[in-house]
Amino acid sequence: MPITTEDVLRWITQTAQVFHEQRDYLTQLDAPIGDADHGVNMDRGFRAVLDKLPSLSGMDIGSILKTVGTTLVSTVGGASGPLYGTAFLRAGMVTAGKHELDEADVIEMLQAALDGIKARGKAHTGEKTMVDALEPALAAARKAQEQHEGLAVLLRRAAEAAEEGMKATIPMQATKGRASYLGERSIGHQDPGATSSWLLLKTLAEVAD
Amino acid sequence: MKKLINSPETVVKEALEGMAAMHPELIRVDLENQIVVRADAPVRGKVGVVSGGGSGHEPMHGGFVGRGMLDAACPGAIFTSPVPDQILAAMRAVNGGAGVFQIIKNYTGDVLNFEMAAELAQAEGIEVASVITNDDVAVEDSLYTAGRRGVGVTVLLEKIVGGLAESGASLEQVAALAKRVNEQGRSMGMALTSCTVPAKGSPTFELGEDEMEIGIGIHGEPGRRRVKLAPAADIVEMLANPIIEDLGLKAGERVLAFVNGMGGTPLIELYIVARELARILKGRNITIARSLVGSYITSLEMAGCSITLLRVDDEMLRYWDAPVLTPALRWGI
Repeated sequence: MPITTEDVLRWITQTAQVFHEQRDYLTQLDAPIGDADHGVNMDRGFRAVLDKLPSLSGMDIGSILKTVGTTLVSTVGGASGPLYGTAFLRAGMVTAGKHELDEADVIEMLQAALDGIKARGKAHTGEKTMVDALEPALAAARKAQEQHEGLAVLLRRAAEAAEEGMKATIPMQATKGRASYLGERSIGHQDPGATSSWLLLKTLAEVAD
Repeated sequence: MKKLINSPETVVKEALEGMAAMHPELIRVDLENQIVVRADAPVRGKVGVVSGGGSGHEPMHGGFVGRGMLDAACPGAIFTSPVPDQILAAMRAVNGGAGVFQIIKNYTGDVLNFEMAAELAQAEGIEVASVITNDDVAVEDSLYTAGRRGVGVTVLLEKIVGGLAESGASLEQVAALAKRVNEQGRSMGMALTSCTVPAKGSPTFELGEDEMEIGIGIHGEPGRRRVKLAPAADIVEMLANPIIEDLGLKAGERVLAFVNGMGGTPLIELYIVARELARILKGRNITIARSLVGSYITSLEMAGCSITLLRVDDEMLRYWDAPVLTPALRWGI
């Protein structure tokens, strides 16, 4: 079963709900190693996206994702705004004109989003950032595609790998972003950006299930 | 949470409305774009100087908008960088045809958002240059961090570079002086208490009655070392000596000494810090050519201070002394 335009809209709606519910959790993760605003910022950004939702019906998937991207850039602030904004903009570019996404489309979309984040943030794996959740998620998705597991399984595997990647940020010492200023004191804390990335993919997997 | 506010959601907007009501002769506030612009902007033929960052550091940056300093400031949500649309709106509002200069503090969010705004402005044909301040010696400059944080030197740089831009200098000249000021300035801060972001409602970190945090950032982000509270004389040694060493200050040199309050420390305590700093500098035969004492780059209601030393040359002193007329700094007019 491909991902449809309706699925994408449901994903965006549910993501907004998830970030609203997890607002305090994400902010608490951000307090010891950042500046205690990640949950507040993501919630604000996706609430703004929700406001635009009525204007998105009937659009193709690429246009929806691009609108999400520009809205996040305009409303989130912090590092997450440009990073997630760029991710959705790039994802929107590779899905332009499409009303359905098959496995190859989804992988291309995830790859474009990850490349966007890496280019904007000049980040690599192992630096305690969202890349640590997204890079393994993409690898797991590719593996599932090779094994012809179907789109729902592919996305579930991606979400599981993102969760593992997120947990793997706990023992890492941050070398990018504000957490890097803490040096060794960043060790022992889960990265909030990796956590929000996992939540995004987990919600997508739930919608596709 | 005990704060003098109406609601956590409207803090930034209402503070801007207050500024607009009190300083109409100096600034104009565009509430829709959330920017503070000098009243007579754009000034034709003058480089527009734009800064910004998260709110919660008042009077920086909005309080420094006006003649001889910033042309515009873009305040983000509390401790959150402004967004590209907002920065772009500020750049458009102050573009007098001679280009726009961005003063950015080195935080990942600030750098990314200003970078995106610069790309958008350049696409519209606005010439853009920028400086990223990174003067905090508490953060080790290495491949393993996002680099040093931009703190106290930002205030001094905004004044000096703003003075140069006011004199009609080119974008290239403004960028060159900004680079030099950033290179010649270093800071370090400490906290006696935490601070509470209104939207969060509880303190960002906890500090015991007998503890202090050395090397604190300006966002309530923890520093590098938590130690037992000590007398002001010892605290100032802990802050000043790393700055002096990092800057390589030698006997006979001149500095601008900036003693800054974090928001919750009274001026009488800052002058005790100033006294100790003067003693240390005198002991090393370093001359205080100019000084600034007060709360100019704050972290909400945090108690504590930071020290910034800037190795000055004649050009820096000339533009430090140049007239300035803003809500928070004014002299020579």
